[in-house]
Parts: sequence; C-alpha cells; structure tokens
Amino acid sequence: MGRVLAVIIWLLTLLSVVIFFNKKWWLPPAISDHAPALDRQFVLTIIIVGIAFTAAQVGLGWMVWKYRDSGRADDRALYTHGSNRLEVIWTVITAIVFIGLGVMGQRVWASLRLHDAPPGSYSVEVVAQQFQWNFHYSGKDNVFGRTDPSLIDDSALNFIGIDEADPSAKDDAVTSSLVIPVNRPVELKLRSKDVIHSFWVPPLRFKQDLVPGMEIKVHFTANKVGKYELACAELCGQLHFKMKSYMLVLPEDQLTALRALPQEQFQAKLQELLTNTPLAPSY
Amino acid sequence: MATMVTSTKTVTKTGKGSGSKFPGPNGNGKKNGHEFLDADSRAHRYRIGMWVGLASIAMMFTALSSAYIVRAASANDWFPLAMPRVLLASTAIILASSATFEVARRKLKAPTVAAYSRWLLITAFLGLAFLVSQLIAWRQLRAQGVYLSTNPHSSFFYLLSAAHAIHLFGGLLALLYLLVRARHVLSDGAVDVRRRAAADAVGIYWHFMDVLWIYLFLLLFFWR
Amino acid sequence: MSETHEVHRHPAPTGFIRKYIFSVDHKVIGIQYIMLALAAVVVGMLMSLLMRLNLSWPGTKWSILETLFPAGAPGGVMNPEFYLSLVTMHGTIMVFFVLTTAPQGGFGNYFLPIQIGAEDMAFPVLNMLSFWVTFVGFIVILAAIFLSGSDSTVGPIGGWTGYAPLSALGAIAGPGQGMGMNLWIISIAIFCVGSLLGALNFITTLLNMRTRGMSLMRMPLTCWAWFTTAVLALLSFPVLLGGGILLLLDRTAGTSFFIPGGLYVSGVLSGSNPNFPLHTGGSPILWQHLFWFFGHPEVYIAILPGMGATSHILATFARKPVFGYRAMVFAIFAIGLLGFFVWGHHMFISGMSPYSAIAFSVLTLSIGVPSAVKTFNWIGTLWGARIRFSTPMLFALGFVSLFVAGGITGLILGQSSLDLPMHDTYIVPAHFHLVMGVASIFGMFAATYFWFPKMFGRLMNERLGQIHFWITFVGVYSIFVPMHVMGLVGMPRRFSSFTEYEFLKELHPLVVFVSIAAIITITIQLLFYFNVFWSMFKGKKAGDNPWEATTLEWNTTSPPPHDNFAGVIPSVYRGPYEFAVPGAPKDFLMQADSGAEVTSGNGHNGHKH
Repeated sequence: MGRVLAVIIWLLTLLSVVIFFNKKWWLPPAISDHAPALDRQFVLTIIIVGIAFTAAQVGLGWMVWKYRDSGRADDRALYTHGSNRLEVIWTVITAIVFIGLGVMGQRVWASLRLHDAPPGSYSVEVVAQQFQWNFHYSGKDNVFGRTDPSLIDDSALNFIGIDEADPSAKDDAVTSSLVIPVNRPVELKLRSKDVIHSFWVPPLRFKQDLVPGMEIKVHFTANKVGKYELACAELCGQLHFKMKSYMLVLPEDQLTALRALPQEQFQAKLQELLTNTPLAPSY
Repeated sequence: MATMVTSTKTVTKTGKGSGSKFPGPNGNGKKNGHEFLDADSRAHRYRIGMWVGLASIAMMFTALSSAYIVRAASANDWFPLAMPRVLLASTAIILASSATFEVARRKLKAPTVAAYSRWLLITAFLGLAFLVSQLIAWRQLRAQGVYLSTNPHSSFFYLLSAAHAIHLFGGLLALLYLLVRARHVLSDGAVDVRRRAAADAVGIYWHFMDVLWIYLFLLLFFWR
Repeated sequence: MSETHEVHRHPAPTGFIRKYIFSVDHKVIGIQYIMLALAAVVVGMLMSLLMRLNLSWPGTKWSILETLFPAGAPGGVMNPEFYLSLVTMHGTIMVFFVLTTAPQGGFGNYFLPIQIGAEDMAFPVLNMLSFWVTFVGFIVILAAIFLSGSDSTVGPIGGWTGYAPLSALGAIAGPGQGMGMNLWIISIAIFCVGSLLGALNFITTLLNMRTRGMSLMRMPLTCWAWFTTAVLALLSFPVLLGGGILLLLDRTAGTSFFIPGGLYVSGVLSGSNPNFPLHTGGSPILWQHLFWFFGHPEVYIAILPGMGATSHILATFARKPVFGYRAMVFAIFAIGLLGFFVWGHHMFISGMSPYSAIAFSVLTLSIGVPSAVKTFNWIGTLWGARIRFSTPMLFALGFVSLFVAGGITGLILGQSSLDLPMHDTYIVPAHFHLVMGVASIFGMFAATYFWFPKMFGRLMNERLGQIHFWITFVGVYSIFVPMHVMGLVGMPRRFSSFTEYEFLKELHPLVVFVSIAAIITITIQLLFYFNVFWSMFKGKKAGDNPWEATTLEWNTTSPPPHDNFAGVIPSVYRGPYEFAVPGAPKDFLMQADSGAEVTSGNGHNGHKH
C-alpha cells in the first residue's frame, strides 16, 4: 500500500511538473518594457516552487515507501520527539528563501507603482462601465475636455459625460478601443461609472482595477506593435465575460496621423485599423 | 530500536508519580478531576467567558471605528454633527450606573441580599434611563431633519449609538436575570459562589458598556 | 486511579427532542454540525457541477436545466447571471457552511472536551444556541436561492466576496442583486453570531476545564488547532459582521459607506430618480479591507483544524510521536497571528496604496515559513515510522501532499509584481481550492474515518474507504493542477463563458478535462455518503480503542456515555503521542494510563528530547 501511494504521489508530481514546464500553456509572449524583469522573477519563483513541491512530494513518497508497519510486535518506530537543531536550520533556510523571494518580488512592482508616469507620457482616460470600455483621447491640443457625471447620457452616446461647451473637448474622441504608441510610456487615468472593473491585457503583464469614486493613474510602456485582446478582470455583473475590447499598439507616426484626424474620422479610421490588423498570437 | 520489557529493575510509580519513569500528573492547579462541578472553577469560567465575549464585541466596534476613520478621510463630505446636549446626561447616567452596580456587587457579601437587590434595581433603572436619553437624542436629531442617511457622520452616529444601545439592552436583561436569581433565598445563608461569579461577569460586561459609551462619545464628537 | 463524584451536573436527557434536537450535549451538537456540513456540501457540489457543465459544453441544451430553472436556463442553456449566482452561492455555502462548520463546530465540538478530559463544553446551552443560530443562517442562505428577487438566478451574483458597489447598489446593478443580496448578507450576519458563540465556548473550555495533568503542552495538536481557530474566529467574524451591517445599510437605508458619488448605473444617475438615491463619498475599497480582514483569517480557520487532525492521525498510524511538537504549536500560533496581517494580498491592484502592497507582500511570503515548518515536521513524523495504511492515514497523507501542492503556489500569488498578471485569473481558484477545497476536506475525511468508530461504535468499511481515497486523491489533482496553467495563459475568473476571446480557445481541452475529472470525483463521493450512513447501523463493531491511539477519547466507550467518562474523569500522565516508547509493553502509552511500567534495556529513561 505504501509503495502504491508513493508511486501515485510521484506520478502526480511528475505530471504536475510536466504540465507546467512543457510550456504548452504558458504566459503569452510579452509586449511591455517591465515584462522581462517580471518574467525573470516569475521563472525564478516557479523554479523554487517546483523544487520545493517536488522535494516535499518525493520526501513524502519516500517515507511512505520505506517505513511500513511489519506487523511484528517487537518492530517499533523510532522514538524521537524531534530535533530543535533541525527546526532552527530549516526554519532559517525557509525564511531566507521565502522572504528573499518576497523582497525581490517588489522590484518590478516598485518600478511601476511607486513613481508617476514619466513626463511626455501618452495619456488616455479610461472610463469603464457595465459592460463596455470607454477610452478618452485628448486630441491635438493634448488637453482633456471637461467631463461631469451629470452630463452622462448613454442613450445619446455621451458615455463619459463630456462637456460639449468646453473648447478643449472639441478635438477629443471617445472610443471603445485603446490605441497607444509603441515604445513610449503610456499613462492611463482609470475611472469607473458604476462598479469595480479591471483593465487586463495578458501580453502586457499588467492589470489594474477601476474603482468608482477614484481616479487611479498607472503607466506602462508597450514595445511591440499589434492588436491585443482586452478583458475585464473584476466581476462587474452578468455580462462581465463579454466586456471585451482591443488594445492597438501603433508606430508613433501612424498614431500621430490618426490623432490629427477630426473626431468622426478618428473613430472610423481606428475601426478600420482594428479590423485589418490580425490578432497577435497568444502563444 | 525496540526494547523488551523486563520484569525486574523496574521503577514503580509512587505517590504523585515521583519515582516513575514517566512524569506524573503535574496538574494544572486543580485538586481533582471534577472541576466541571467545582464552584470556584465555574466562577472562573464565567469570568473567562465574559472577557472572551467582550473581545469579540470590542473587535466589532473596532471594525466600525476604522470604517469611521476611513470614511472621514475618503471624501470631502464630512460634516460632524453638533453634539446633542442630552448625551452629556447619557454619559453621566451610565457612569452613575457603573458606580451603583459596584455598590450592589460589594453588598453581595452580606448575609441578606436586600441591599444587593436594591442597588441592582437602581442600576437597571439607570440603564433604562440611559436608553431613554439615547431615544431623546435621536428624536432631537430627527426634529432637525438629521437622519441615518443625511450625511456620513450622522450615519455613524445612529449606527454606533444603536449598536451600543442594543448591547446595553442585553446587559439590562442580564441585570434582570441577576435580580430574579437574587430572590432565591440560600439555605445556609452563605452567598453562593456561583451567584457572585455571575454578578462579577455581568459587572465586567456592564462596565465595558460604560467604557464603550465613553469611547464612542469621544470618537463621535471629539475626534477630528 | 478513580474518584467517583456524587452529583451529576445534569442527568442524561430523555425524550427525542432533548436528546437529538435541542440537546446541550456537545457530542450531539458536534454531530449536528457535521450533518449540516454534509447537507451543505451536497448543495455546493451540485452547484459546481452545473458550473462545469456550462463552461465545458457551452451552448448545449441541458433539458434538466430547462425543467428546473426555466428562467435561469431558457432552452436548457444557462444565462450568465444564473452561472454567476452559482459561483456566488457555491463559494458562500462551501466556505461558511462546510469549511467553517464541520472541522471546528463538528469535530471540535465533539472531541475537544473529551480530549482535555472535560464532561462537556463550558457553556452547554450556549453551545446548543450556536448550532441552531448557524442552522438558521443556513436556512436563510437557502432562501436566497429561491427568493433572489429574480427568476433567472439562484442568489446574488457578486461572488462570495460581494465587492461593493456591485453588492451595495441593489437591484439596479444586476439580477439577483435585490432580495437575494439582502438575504445573503443576513445569512452571513447570522452565521457570524453563531460562530462567535462557538468560539467563546471553545476558548473558555480549553482554558478552564482541562483535567488534572493536562497541561497546555500535553494537549493533542487537535486541541491547539481548535483553540487557535477559535481565537481567529473570535477576532475576525465581528469585522465581517460590522462590514455586513454597513453594506446592508447602504443597500436599504441610503447611507454611503461604500458607494461613492457621481455614479451612473444602468442609465440612471445617482440621485436623479427614486430607483437610485443620491450617494456621495463612500469608499468601495473600505468594503474590501473589512471583508478581507475577516477573509484571510477565515481561510486559516478552514485549514487549521485539518492540520491538527493530520498531525494527530499521522502520529497515531505512524506509531511514532509527532516530530517537533513544540515547533508545531508555535507554527500554529505563527500562522494564526500572521494571518491577521496579510489581508492586503487580496487587494494588491485594488487601488490601495502601493506602499502597503509591499508590506503585505513581504508578510504574506513569511507566512509560508510556519506552513513549511509544519510540512517538514509531518514528513519528520513519518521518518523511521511503522506506518499502518488505514483509510484515515491515507487521507492524512493525502492532506500533506495536497497542502504542499496548494500552499506552494502562494509563493507566486503573494508577490505583488507577479500578482499583476495573475490576479483574478484561474491560478487563484487553483490555489485556494487545493488548500481549502481539497486539503481541508481531506482533513475532514481523515477525521471522519478516524473518529467514526468512537462516535458511533462501529467502524466504517475499509474497502469502500480506500476506493474513496484513491479516486478522490487522483481526481482532485486532475481537477486543480490544470487550472494553474489556465491562469498562466490568462483565463479570467468568474466568466460564465470563454467563447468571446481568442486567447482562451486553446484552453478548451483542459476545461473539458477538468470537468470530466470533476464529474468522476463528485460521483465517487456517493460512496463516502453510503459508507457513513450504512456503517452507522451495519458497520463492524468497534471497541474502545480500535486504532490503538493514545489520547483521552480512546479511554472511554464507543460511543462515550453522556458525561464522557462515566463519572471517572481520567488524569493525564504524559504527552499525547507516546508511541514506540522503548521498554513499554505495547508500542503506545495512553495519556491516562498511570500504571504503565517500563524498563529500558539500555539504562536511560527512553526519552530523547
């Protein structure tokens, strides 16, 4: 029985390790500047996790393989209550590894979250709602038109409450897809109209909740041109699974040309680009 | 590493296990195994139970307090109410009730329970008076058009004072229980240890309600 | 050594109602909790089965669904809100009414008093109340299934975490968010009260009622686990209660604790119409803080009793003392204590301060240390052992394997950087199901097979138990390991369908595989239920100590008499895991056996500390 259990434990361990490291199902190819460091930290972590997992399961299996009750009355187990020395040793080693990993794991976080977006970032306002995304572009003047919740009117397609009377709103555009430049820091100002949503583009290695009542500023830099799927990653209601959009990363000159277009043409051109650009491969 | 049992050279257990190879019962302060029935132990049990229970009540009010503090800072719609003056009377009443309860508790030593009962009754009336004063405060606020949802501070005022009042009402029921039990005359005139333990436990609860009120009062009207 | 006593505290009850319904006997109450959990877990498992069917074969017209839930699954195809209500109710019922009842209220209630040598809990009437309050809570959550306020849901749709404002806005935010959400909050509030009453009893009993010789460091590890769990419950449930009250007020009284101003929901602006009263200034993140301050200790409440049972059962069937008893006690404390300081790891990207995220992250990784220490000590307990592979032992060994599998991914999720891509993807349910939904359940299975003979005087069928173990063990690995890689690819949580996204299409074979494994694993649990109820009446009779165990419950009859020890309360002479003591006549020395005489052939007293 012990032998069978050991073998089953080892088989399950092997299969678990294989399902991970065969990389058939893995993080998608990364497209952001912070991704290499994050992926390195992930690989380091998963290696440690894999070693710890395997070692524990092998150890467990080994014990149940070897130490079976023979049924003889004179055959007794080893009488010991433990070893303080061993406790200290393995506690210290574990603490060093785990806490070390934890401290290392803050670096990428700090680089993204503890500083504001660098000056010259490309800025987009994001307003999420049940069940669509609204991206607000400031147009040529680089100034966002004033918005106010009291001006919101979904039926009139003023989803984010743009104040038409504000001159800087004249060249603004609001679309349901995100278009950003490649290789330039992007700042997103995240807001929500109703409940919590979350901005999630897997190849970007980036996610952030959009919380009603807060304006949350985040930044990242995309470094690969292409079209990527954008999903909502915080339960926001029954159509949460359908709150889909796209993030289009364009070369800088193409984006500048796009932004130079007046509002309606901007929407149309963006739509055209989205339709014609194939989805970047996810693995 | 098996060893065999042999019959000689044994060390036998004597007395409280002093000679045994295996440590004898070192007890945990108890004289016998029947602490369940032991009056002293039961008294202790009520006190422990009460402190443990109060820890959970304290935790709930701590959670509400932290919500209060966070809410005060989270938006610029925080307009603290002016303190209804009747709450000063509330504070005085509840402080007095703690004092009268202590008097009652100390009277429990005497052979008769008349004084104990009398002071319990006074405490209960003061408790009732406290609740009435709370109601007066709420009515005053309602008359000014201040309701639960009027502004965040009023929300917390109603919520915290109501939560406290509900717990205090529970305390009143406990006082009533003590009063009812006090009527039973003891056969040998000695004060039942259990009764003293119950009185102690209710006292801890009552004083906690007092301290809690003062804390809430300060939080609501003096914290900035 | 025996002393009789003259006065019974209360005589054994007569009459069916006093004996089995409103009993104050901790043993009956323990069984009541276990029965409640057995019922609740069926509801929870059926819900998860429905979820798996929907995800794996989308668009299939299940005629049974159409019959049972015509509005929720019109034409036999599940609505998204129906799916989400299943997600919500599955989580709520499993976490509260299964994982927080059976391990603590069930086995803890039954065995804590006996293991410390007491005749009952400190406050038997309060104990009875705590069960019935919990039961009422269960009725209310079941009511939420049928009275959710919407034909097309079986409860609210906000997930067991009920994030505001979705949970606070009321019906305007989605189907099921009306009456269903109110009942959900009320049920949980009632549950909080029941839990607190129980915790009070556990702590007082353990501190006050240990028998002579039962010092704290001679208590079985099960008692340490139940004690720590009770402390966690005592300090965390009140916070949930507070938060729940605030949420209910936001929903029904127009307050703005969690609802900010300027919201525009379903075409309606806040304050512009009676359907949506004016709210200002509330903080949605405040709900998350309150919820997770409770929520994180809650998961340790779910696992600690299982850890205690595992240590206990491993030692018993390894015929060897627990390796590092003191370290195990300290590890339990450390897990309990640290468990209060890590709640923010559920909120790294919630919008809270990134600085606090760093603090929470480092603390979270440090909680892995006592967990690892426990694992080392479990393996150490097996080293040099003489293992008897009974069914309880198999499940205890399974616990160790599954706890490692589930816990180790905490190292990934606990790092704030890595949480950026992983948060709210399937690696999170993979992680928590392995630890809570599987390891914890294995702890309960182990406890059931182990203590069943004591509770009912009969053994469970060993053959059926073994089959149950093997299939469940392989089954749960098959269900939850693939979910990890689904999360790596980026599969989001709480999606009722994956058909909208290209990047999820490659995962479909895994989704189907998981569902097939789930169907098999869920079905085999029928064997367990059969075994439990059949063995109660037809199982092989068990003596007082069928497992040759050492702790006090095995000193009394199976089942124990009403006052646990028939008037003769044992005193305790040694630690709880004195197996394989050199020179002892048998390979175990019971805690209450005073007369054990032992020689050691080699002159020392046989202890190696």
